Amino acid sequence: MSSIFSNRKFLLGYIVFWLLWIGMQTGLLYRLGFRLEVAFPDSLVDNGLLALGGVAVSHSLRFSRPGKKKYAYIFIWSLGMAAVCTLLVRFSLSFLFNEEKEYQLFLFHSLPVRFWLAFLMTGWTAMMSWMWYTQEEQQENENRKNQAEKFSREAELFRLRQQLQPHFLFNSLNSISALAGSKPEEARRMVQQLSDFLRSTLTREKQQYLTLAEELQHLQLYLSIEEVRFGHRLNIVVENENAGLSSKVPCLFLQPIVENAIKFGLYDTTDKVTILIVAKLDREMLEITVTNPFDPSTAIPNNGAGFGLSSVKRRLYLLYARHDLLETQTNGNEFITRVRIPQANEHILS
Amino acid sequence: MIKTIIIDDEPLARQIIKEYLSSFPEIHVIQECNDGFEGIKAITQHQPDLVFLDIQMPKINGFEMLELLDKVPPIIFTTAFDEYAVKAFETHAVDYLLKPFAKERFDRAMHKWMGQHKQSFENEKTPNWIETISQQPDQQQRVVVKLGNKVKIIPIQEIHYFEADDDYVKIQTQEGGFLKNKTMQYFEQNLDPKQFVRVHRSFIIQVQQITRIEPYEKESHIAMLKSGARIPVSKSGYPKLKAVLGL
Repeated sequence: MSSIFSNRKFLLGYIVFWLLWIGMQTGLLYRLGFRLEVAFPDSLVDNGLLALGGVAVSHSLRFSRPGKKKYAYIFIWSLGMAAVCTLLVRFSLSFLFNEEKEYQLFLFHSLPVRFWLAFLMTGWTAMMSWMWYTQEEQQENENRKNQAEKFSREAELFRLRQQLQPHFLFNSLNSISALAGSKPEEARRMVQQLSDFLRSTLTREKQQYLTLAEELQHLQLYLSIEEVRFGHRLNIVVENENAGLSSKVPCLFLQPIVENAIKFGLYDTTDKVTILIVAKLDREMLEITVTNPFDPSTAIPNNGAGFGLSSVKRRLYLLYARHDLLETQTNGNEFITRVRIPQANEHILS
Repeated sequence: MIKTIIIDDEPLARQIIKEYLSSFPEIHVIQECNDGFEGIKAITQHQPDLVFLDIQMPKINGFEMLELLDKVPPIIFTTAFDEYAVKAFETHAVDYLLKPFAKERFDRAMHKWMGQHKQSFENEKTPNWIETISQQPDQQQRVVVKLGNKVKIIPIQEIHYFEADDDYVKIQTQEGGFLKNKTMQYFEQNLDPKQFVRVHRSFIIQVQQITRIEPYEKESHIAMLKSGARIPVSKSGYPKLKAVLGL
């Protein structure tokens, strides 16, 4: 922990205060009729010792701050320091000016006043230091706590980004294995697509955010594989207004949503299935809707808690501290997933 | 002729099983199914000797499908990645194949099945192993029941309470009660204990459904639900309920 005197403002204030105080005492003694040659050294020795005493008290508090008995501790320290200072003043000044009879008398009579002033001054310095160090310590604890929270949040976000891969990966490999027997050319193409997708995932998942353009590009790689896995029944339409392309979005957040839409859409009907992805920017909110057909009579009621979606929800909460960014609704035979990504920071920058 | 059914949501995944099966000419694939609903129909209709079953499928997963069958045929699970279930397969199913699987591995599973097949097994009742492998996240969100020929999926939020009913558990919802061939203990262990509390030997209630709790006779209580139902709370159930409600 840094010393209170390493704070420049405080150090400057402390020095200026004592200089003013020395000036005041010199002036006072001068007004009382002492010559400047006497008044100034008196003030300098007296207050110089006090200033040093304050530093000593403050330092002792830096390393040991007894919890409950703090006031008693500060009180005793200040009392002791004041006594030491007063004694030193008494002997050094009477030694310096042993010729001046009038001053000797004054010095003797002013000792109680000097003692109480010394006590107040060291006590005040001690209190200031004590508060400073306590606050400093709290600050440090706070920082540590924030740091720990940040780490655990980062870890969770990382885990959430990772989690969705294995099913997709192994199922794709299984498809390749199937194609290798019957259609080796297609198998080779799919190996290529899967590699492109994995490479893109590896470079992107280190980042927390991507632009919408990058995210859509990545999604295309994913969709080209899904089209092989699920055959020609799958038709995907992506619409977006150019204004939104540079919007910031959490990296790879669309894939689980689209994956969910494909799974739900594909087997509720036997026809070709169209999945519609629309992105639009509305002031500070990027809104992305994914629409897929579904059969209300067999699908799970009040859905939205599929694993893919719940992990997206959790991620959005960790990133934006809001629970309402992912919504699902049904509209006749359509299942709509709506995600909103706040763009507030982006807006301020541009 | 040996009858088999393949249940998987991906055409290519079904294709490779068919391809591998071509070296077993006595085995005939009598049907391929896209999802669990089709699977139930096909199994009930054809009574196959062997079923290849994927776990992760749309609508209901493979385990839920098995729960709904009166008679469970021998199963070889085929799954891409299943952190919840692999352990259970090891002890109970004929075999499990992790996708993608090689022909040799597939053949080994087939030979294992043939060995068991010769001993001829009778699975008259739902084998109890199905209960041990239900840690799937979606199975903690919903309960599937059979209603005549139809399958009904009940989201757990809609369940008012569970009541023991001989060998069955009655699941009470707004729409009425549904019977399921499970134990009270199964539900007590698999549902979120903060949401569902076993308040009595024969009752598990959803705490959000409670409107008030009144003392009843000596040492026992009665919980009033939103639906108007009155559920007895036993002497040992009351402290559990109080703990969950934070009283």
